[in-house]
Amino acid sequence: MNALGVTTSILFDGAAYAMVLYVTAVGLSVTMGLLGIANLAHGAFAMAGGYVLVALMGRPGLPFASALLLACLAVAIASVVLERLLYVRVYRAGELDQVVLSVGLIFVATATAQFLFGALPVPVILPTALRGQISVPGWQSFPIYRVFLILCGAGVFAALWFGIERTLVGARIRAAVDNRAMAEAIGVNTRQLFTIVFALGSALAALGGALGADVIAIAPGYPLEHLVYFLIVVSVGGLGSVQGPFLAALLLGVGDTACRILAPQFGAFFVYVALFLILLVRPSGLFGRA
Amino acid sequence: MSAVPAIEHLLAARRLRPAETLPWLIALSIYVFLPQYLLLGAQIFGMVLFALSFDLLLGYAGIVTLGHAAYYGAGAYAAGLVAVSGWTEPITGLLVAGCAAGLLGAVAGAVILRTSGLALLMLGMAVTLLLGEIVNDLPGLTGGADGLQGISIAPVFGLFPFDLYGRTAFLYSLAVLFLAWVVMRQLVNAPFGRSLVGIRQNPARMQAIGVPVWRRRLVAFTLSAAMAGLAGGLSAQTNQFVSLGVLSFDLSGTVLVMLVIGGPGRLYGAFVGPAFYMIAQDSLSKDQPVFWVFWIGLLLIALVLFTRGGVLGILDVLRVRFRRGGAA
Repeated sequence: MNALGVTTSILFDGAAYAMVLYVTAVGLSVTMGLLGIANLAHGAFAMAGGYVLVALMGRPGLPFASALLLACLAVAIASVVLERLLYVRVYRAGELDQVVLSVGLIFVATATAQFLFGALPVPVILPTALRGQISVPGWQSFPIYRVFLILCGAGVFAALWFGIERTLVGARIRAAVDNRAMAEAIGVNTRQLFTIVFALGSALAALGGALGADVIAIAPGYPLEHLVYFLIVVSVGGLGSVQGPFLAALLLGVGDTACRILAPQFGAFFVYVALFLILLVRPSGLFGRA
Repeated sequence: MSAVPAIEHLLAARRLRPAETLPWLIALSIYVFLPQYLLLGAQIFGMVLFALSFDLLLGYAGIVTLGHAAYYGAGAYAAGLVAVSGWTEPITGLLVAGCAAGLLGAVAGAVILRTSGLALLMLGMAVTLLLGEIVNDLPGLTGGADGLQGISIAPVFGLFPFDLYGRTAFLYSLAVLFLAWVVMRQLVNAPFGRSLVGIRQNPARMQAIGVPVWRRRLVAFTLSAAMAGLAGGLSAQTNQFVSLGVLSFDLSGTVLVMLVIGGPGRLYGAFVGPAFYMIAQDSLSKDQPVFWVFWIGLLLIALVLFTRGGVLGILDVLRVRFRRGGAA
């Protein structure tokens, strides 16, 4: 492969990976920024999205699109139940309680997934429209699935940006992130807002998990194995922001893919070095407010 | 209770209570009566030491990190590499492990402790992951993903060789743990330990009354790292093998889980938690590892929701209730 080809595939594969990371992790960024809770179990919602998709497409034989929609809806509902029952009790508790609660949830989710679906990754059968390649004449061909991922990621980003920056609900969310007490004082129902944001974040995680099942395999170890990458997206992107995680996910996705292609013997070494240096210089993330 | 001045509580904490001899009596009776559990016992002592080091950080100084395995792993590889390179004397080998981890802790702590919250959590994690990658990338030196093999350890004091039944490993680990416990007990009841608790509760006020907050936290971090290194070195010496897993995110999580089950910030939580966890794991997870993970997860959720301070916290609550019931 020539240099141009290598660069193209790094950028292309990296962008597809980045979009999966973004859609999955952006909910975590917003919930952490808004609710101030370290929900390490966020990956479990993504995994649940993948499993529900597989289960709905399996015996009931639902088509991909409606199964995807139902999966997001189911995970969002489940997450609201969990938020009302469990998370609400650690909002005002320390970091430690939040970490322990979410580690407990990760364990329960992992064990349940392994019990129901076995230890091996479950395959997601893509609809025929998403299989195959698009070939650009005079250049190279690209798998449709990854093009679709990139488009979805960009779509989610645009929708979120519009929702947060241009709508009334978005303005309320921004107000609550900035100063919860003041937002409440001027009549914003932050309690209700929290639940909405939590449900939305979990639905997006489910979407990311289900859509990205071919990039990040759905297996019981998912919530713990990929937690580090989700947290990198959130911490480098900056808490409570929509744009930050997008750029952070792009950096991470392309950087990680480049490392894998150009220097596979080093694994993720350079990614971790970069993370370390970035957080050292900007502890609140590249795009977070100091 | 309120009639007793606060100073009495502090002084009372320094006096040895009878219950504090319990772990050591149990350990010795296991040596005498249950010799088939010596190897498990030695492993539990190593984890207790690791949890004890984490308690100084989490329970006393209130630093929440998910990267403590870095120092355990550094100690394990230091002890292993020293032994592989031909220096097989165990006690000096263990000291090397502690010093190496302490040095790493001082450097990493100086960087990590400048941040807080999520960044601190992430930087702690990044140190572990970085070390893991480095070890993985140097298979010539460290054995890479296969782990460090071929560690041989000379007899302790030149007299007691490490045997297959784990007799030496058991007593050696117990002795190291005992010394560490003596040091830790002095430390947390000394002004140093009390000031750490103060910093956890209100760093701004501690700074205002003249405590060098940042330096105290760094010293605590370094001591904790060194002690974690001793625990890692102990595991390398008694197992005569170091796996790459000692530098994993999982181990950092496991020690957190163990300490939370026992009860952080009370010294003996670090004894109860690992013992409970490892004995339960040994007996439950053999047939059904899936259910084991499930129950531990549920236990953690229940601990967060219903109690503060783990198993020991529950015992405290029960004791207070029992006394009240007796008085009425």
